[in-house]
Amino acid sequence: MRGWFFSENAYHLLPDAREYDSIRVKLPNRYYDPKIGADLYHRFIDEWMIAEDMGLEIMVNEHHQTATNLNPSGPVVMGVLARETRKARLLILGNPIANRREPVRVAEEMAMVDVYSRGRLECGFVRGVPYEMSAGNHRPTRMMERFWEAHDLIVKAWTSHDGPFNWEGKYFHHRQVNIWPRPYQEPHPPIWITALSPSSAREVGARGYIVACFLTGFEGTKAVYDAYRGRRSELGLSSPGLDRFAYAALVYTGETDEEGYAGARKLMWYLESNKVPPQFTSPPGYHPVTTMVNSMKGTNPGIFKMFQNPTLAGLMENGLVFAGNPDSVYRQIKKMYDHVGGFGHLLMMAQAGFLDHDETVKGMEMFTREVYPRLKELTV
Amino acid sequence: MLWLHGEEGLDPQAPFLDLLAGTGRVVAPSHPGFGHSPESSTVDTVDDLAYLYLDLLAEQDRRDVIVIGASLGGWIAAEMAVRSTERIGGLVLVGALGIKVGDREARDIPDIFALHPDEVTRLQYRDPARFAVDYTKKSDDELAIIARNREATALYAWEPYFHNPKLPQRLHRVTVPTLFLWGADDRFVGAEYYGAAYRAAIPGSRLELVERAGHFPHLEQPEAVVERIRGFVQDRGA
Repeated sequence: MRGWFFSENAYHLLPDAREYDSIRVKLPNRYYDPKIGADLYHRFIDEWMIAEDMGLEIMVNEHHQTATNLNPSGPVVMGVLARETRKARLLILGNPIANRREPVRVAEEMAMVDVYSRGRLECGFVRGVPYEMSAGNHRPTRMMERFWEAHDLIVKAWTSHDGPFNWEGKYFHHRQVNIWPRPYQEPHPPIWITALSPSSAREVGARGYIVACFLTGFEGTKAVYDAYRGRRSELGLSSPGLDRFAYAALVYTGETDEEGYAGARKLMWYLESNKVPPQFTSPPGYHPVTTMVNSMKGTNPGIFKMFQNPTLAGLMENGLVFAGNPDSVYRQIKKMYDHVGGFGHLLMMAQAGFLDHDETVKGMEMFTREVYPRLKELTV
Repeated sequence: MLWLHGEEGLDPQAPFLDLLAGTGRVVAPSHPGFGHSPESSTVDTVDDLAYLYLDLLAEQDRRDVIVIGASLGGWIAAEMAVRSTERIGGLVLVGALGIKVGDREARDIPDIFALHPDEVTRLQYRDPARFAVDYTKKSDDELAIIARNREATALYAWEPYFHNPKLPQRLHRVTVPTLFLWGADDRFVGAEYYGAAYRAAIPGSRLELVERAGHFPHLEQPEAVVERIRGFVQDRGA
């Protein structure tokens, strides 16, 4: 198993939550101090580089108009890391390609990062969270159709080397596509796609990309992985290796359980501070109609409620947080691993909120020294 | 008459439709994606809807049709009329959307996709309490219709938001009698600003206020709206 250090680069110094009704989309940026923000950016880049020194891989993402994530452009921070690091794989998970108006530009940016890093890019594509719809004016309906057209165009741009090709699709038009540079890796960087539902997992499985689950817990993750494997088997394709499956959770390893829990409670800021009103969590068309019906009735599965009133015990029980001393953390990860049929990538949100630099580094250090060697040996 | 519903969807039980049917034959389709109507992969703009209903009138060989539309439906009606009035005898636009009035920084139409649902109800109804939805008292089917109506609205009206930038320069082509009906208490798009600009773009049209009504007067004052439509049809004949 490969461990990936991931931080959302949050700006955690927020006003009292009673002063605002949404941390996303509309929280005025007068609450952001660019001088503090600059210090935070440099600190977070240092932490990624420390993660590399410890032997971890690096994961970056992007979100828009939110204090929970100050990387509105994943490619920019990837550019910095491509230059500042030497050996870690660099995962961007990912480019919200249903929302980017120019997929060819995404293909160019990713090719640049791949060349800068001499072939260390792992390129993720995501649909983008519901809060991004208003933030970017992206129509929430028929997004997956747009997503796959963007994907097809990007892959074609990466893999065409004989001069311009033409693209006049439903959503994107480019009559002269001929990107410079082309990617360093052949035929192109590995592709990762986030899937939170079995139906999207089937699409990813058919293409053989790495499927990533975020905080989907035991049953949600199993459903996604099973759908991935099931679709490949239906199509008569090869059975996927562990390296096709990734799971993201909040992870903090301490010397003792108490220290681990204390770190995890700080990471929970990510869930606790996510104050977002319904118009941004459920833009029309983003979620399937059945999900919307359940949501109006208040009968969505328990895992959704977990995000509303998170408790550490509940999050750990559901496999959204792995925390404690090294043995505890290993046991918890192993339990998830066994339940879902194994996974080859653990994406660790290991910094959030008020978890300071020293605490972040200590959690990573405990993990890499005491837990990671055991995870590397896991096979199904 | 052709009734084109708006974002609120088509409620076959609504008193308005029965009252309207008392004045003549009414065709009241549910737009693709709304209610129980299937979506169509080739229909995703108001432009598509305008052609869909022009084709419907042609297919059924209707003549001298009074096209009536509310809000989003009013936008569809206006788009039909700028394309062809061959089969249209008159236009009734009820709190119609479809144009942009102010400059690029003017939020002419409140962003329903970025407002709390309660605030949207407050802006759209004179008496919001009467139209607040108690989800716990709805069947799964009724809730699915609400979700589908919202989704279809987003499909057709997300961007440009509830308008076609080209529509104002085309409205001069509407040469049939046109009546604007506007809720006197429309807090969503006001008669004095939005309604007046729309009316000014259609030569010879007039605007009448419906008292004690917000953005959906056909829901809050169905009798009054049907009375105005009846009057419009009669005047037109005279």
